[in-house]
Amino acid sequence: MKLDLHRKLKDLLDTATYIKDIKGEAFLNISLLIEKISEVYENFYQHDLNFIENFIIQVESEIKKIMDEAERTLTPYEIVKIVRHPQRFTLQDILENVYDSYMELGGEGEINIDPAIVCAKAIIIRKVRNDLYFHQVMVIGHEKGHGEEFRQGGSAKPWGNEKALRFMQMAETEGIPIHFYIFTPGAYPIEDYPGSAQQIARNLYYMTKLKVPTVALISEGGSGGAEAIGLTDMRLMFEKGYYSVISPEGAAAIEAKIRDGRPPRELVEKCAKALKLTAKDNLEFGLIDRIVPEPPLGARKRDYEFFKKLKLELIKATDEIVLQTRSLKFLRKYTLSKQSTEDFKFYINWDLDEDEIEILIENRWEKYKKMSQWAVCEPKNVIKSFFNFSRSWGLKFKNELKYRILKPSHKTFKKFLDELTTESSLLFKPVSDPVKTVYNLIVGKKIKSKIPTPILIEEETSPYRSPLALEDKTITCPQAEKYGCPDLWVPDLYGEYCGVCPNCGYHFLLEYKWYLNNIFDKNSIKPFNDYIASGNPLEFEGYAEKLKEARKKTNLRSALLTFEAKIGGISLVAVMLIGDFRQGTVGVAEGEKFIRAIEFAKITRRPFLALVHTTGGIRIHEGTLGLIQMPRCTIAVRDYVDAGGLYIVVYDNNSFAGPVASFLGCAPYQFALKSTRLGFAGPRVIRETIGQEIPPDYHSAENALKRGHIQGIWDRRELRKKLFTALLTMGGKNLYYR
Amino acid sequence: MEIEYPELNLLLQKFRANPYKIYPVFTPHTGYIKEFKVKEGDLVKGPTGKWLEKPGSPLFILEREKNTKIIRAQISGIVQNLKMEFLNKFVEAESCVLEIKHQLSQEEIISEILLSALYIIKAPETARYVLSPSLALKLEKEGIGKVKVKTGDELLIMTFMKRETPIYLSQEGDFVIYRLYFTPFQLIQKDQPLIGLCLEEKLPYLEKIVKKIKKEWPSS
Repeated sequence: MKLDLHRKLKDLLDTATYIKDIKGEAFLNISLLIEKISEVYENFYQHDLNFIENFIIQVESEIKKIMDEAERTLTPYEIVKIVRHPQRFTLQDILENVYDSYMELGGEGEINIDPAIVCAKAIIIRKVRNDLYFHQVMVIGHEKGHGEEFRQGGSAKPWGNEKALRFMQMAETEGIPIHFYIFTPGAYPIEDYPGSAQQIARNLYYMTKLKVPTVALISEGGSGGAEAIGLTDMRLMFEKGYYSVISPEGAAAIEAKIRDGRPPRELVEKCAKALKLTAKDNLEFGLIDRIVPEPPLGARKRDYEFFKKLKLELIKATDEIVLQTRSLKFLRKYTLSKQSTEDFKFYINWDLDEDEIEILIENRWEKYKKMSQWAVCEPKNVIKSFFNFSRSWGLKFKNELKYRILKPSHKTFKKFLDELTTESSLLFKPVSDPVKTVYNLIVGKKIKSKIPTPILIEEETSPYRSPLALEDKTITCPQAEKYGCPDLWVPDLYGEYCGVCPNCGYHFLLEYKWYLNNIFDKNSIKPFNDYIASGNPLEFEGYAEKLKEARKKTNLRSALLTFEAKIGGISLVAVMLIGDFRQGTVGVAEGEKFIRAIEFAKITRRPFLALVHTTGGIRIHEGTLGLIQMPRCTIAVRDYVDAGGLYIVVYDNNSFAGPVASFLGCAPYQFALKSTRLGFAGPRVIRETIGQEIPPDYHSAENALKRGHIQGIWDRRELRKKLFTALLTMGGKNLYYR
Repeated sequence: MEIEYPELNLLLQKFRANPYKIYPVFTPHTGYIKEFKVKEGDLVKGPTGKWLEKPGSPLFILEREKNTKIIRAQISGIVQNLKMEFLNKFVEAESCVLEIKHQLSQEEIISEILLSALYIIKAPETARYVLSPSLALKLEKEGIGKVKVKTGDELLIMTFMKRETPIYLSQEGDFVIYRLYFTPFQLIQKDQPLIGLCLEEKLPYLEKIVKKIKKEWPSS
């Protein structure tokens, strides 16, 4: 009895401290209450039983009052604090309380390739009246508690994400659904093989066509780390979770332009609010499907009621995904939506057959395609949109007819003809060959050479002159001390030398127009979709002005340029991320333009080229709406590549974060120009998150090549020629399409 | 009774009299000196950081064709012989603008002394090197400065994976291994020092001198 009370008192003390941690010391009379409880708790055995009982009842009601008030005045930054609190539930708690049995795979606590990622096979039991049904699932997620000292706060290293990928493949082989749990502040930003960005891109690419139902639950969804296991059919979010493109601290540091040290507290709180990172906001934006309710101030490790509800939600979510692939489903769907107790009315088999898998993947694509589309800013013009719509359908029809119907039949016929002629030539060879030789000798005819291959005709020097080259002065190559480069005369450097130091090959920064004028054939560039503009969907304070400034400076509406062009007569669709427009960051407009461009390339069966002038990652001012472009664009890329398209990425200058970790990084052919720096996080972020100094060449193209991220390093002076060769060799005989 | 080695003593006396090394700073090319960033007697620093990624202190600004270039210190020390008369004047390439008086540290002095006192075996080729197994065993047991070698002994193995070439001691005399300059299996450039050998009879005197240096110069 007394022991029970002791425990109860301890729980109350924990709860009070928890409230204090979340709401601050000055919240109501919480500090006083804690003092009171700990006083009684410390002298527990001096007091008599009655006193303690009464005390507990009194404190309980008081705490309840405070809790309600705290819940009512909860701010976004306090939600972030709840998520990070050590008393919050973690994956281990879910495995123990939600699943009926589980077995951790690929690691045991600290003895693990990456303790931040936990993979487990689990069994979840469904009760239908008096029968029990066993469902096997794969559980993959981040673990931040139960051994904080080695879990790295749930930040997965590249090999941790690779492990997650391996177990996804395992689940796919076994045909069991996967439940993902996202409890991460972000990926661990190191470039060791295969590199943080590269592995996230690989995971995303694979998950686009995962052949099993997948559910993701987000508690702490930090940027790229969350996306690495977050591309799923159903995305649920805990009520007190956050899902954001960047931590509020990181956003504050960028906003305040702080290089070292901590940003001011008020700014962090302001950013947390402006980023719209709560579950409610994300549901409003349509980025998640449902919110899993939590008790006031969030669920903690011992909220068993909450785990019960979570189990129900999990089974319901998986059921829904499976039902969506079935043809006969309406009654069950309706009953399921009404389900609120643990006793299910029916059993659903979670195995999918071939056709259902196809529908599942199609549904996934449709779901992501629709996401964030409401935030796309384009002028509403009925006639124009009708025109566009009919044009795209016309193109589709024409190309489908040409490539699906005419070409294959032509191909089969040609193949048959080829076979026939070679067979027959072998048959007649002994007879025809001597005759032929004699004939050739008499006539003096030479043997025909092979089919001519296209060659790149160098155009006369373009009249384009970089505005940088107009200054009459010299500058020093940054590597002069190491290589003894002589000073460079600016008109030479930005003119003839293409911004490359002729001595050491250092590449200077060039404006994006240079590429447009020097890589592609003259007058072959036809931009499209340039009316789509970057907007301010979150109404982030001060962002609208920054956008206006960028638009004025560059005369562009977004950081991504999409156009049709030709290189040496080869027609292709290209996109270019431009560094002058908000550091080439990717937001809703850029993502949408990318998807439309790659779809256009797919319809017209043309190669697709992504040139990266510079990219600074996902635009933080567009929050999760920007972040969702990572999986969205990756799905589009997968769709295009699987259909037979040729996708080439060329990096220049600086390429970091989100785009590299998704739609750029997943490309089969990636190249970088010399002096490019590419990777996941910049030196400042690395220093702040893992407290490590990194060598100056950490993000160099050479290192990226060494770890296998890119396939080659090119020289800017030869870019046109290299691209032409790449198109021909990688594209093969058919060039455009397999 | 130990033998005296006057040349070592002389070297030591030279360091005692002047424990500095002068590094003149030249202009890399012609131009105008726009500004001096240092004064006579200023303390300057060379590049620092784990990868020497933080540049040294700025010394002066040289301008040619509107290109202002900051010339930085490559070594730490005190500025002297600053030619103030060059300010705002045209200077030729390779003209000495100032000197940096670099105070030699204990390690630098010891390495200078050793360089003249030891018989140094240099890498004959750019390759990877390991100690010969018997020598390695001995070194492990007895420690550095105690293992004796004589003419014809196998010292090192030059290795390219499995293709190995032994290196023998060709110099006449009895030596003691005094210093190792290389890490096994690391790529060593040609003509880089590998092993420093000391004549057996010279050893006590050399040790005495090193002890003296360690006493006189505080370690940095």
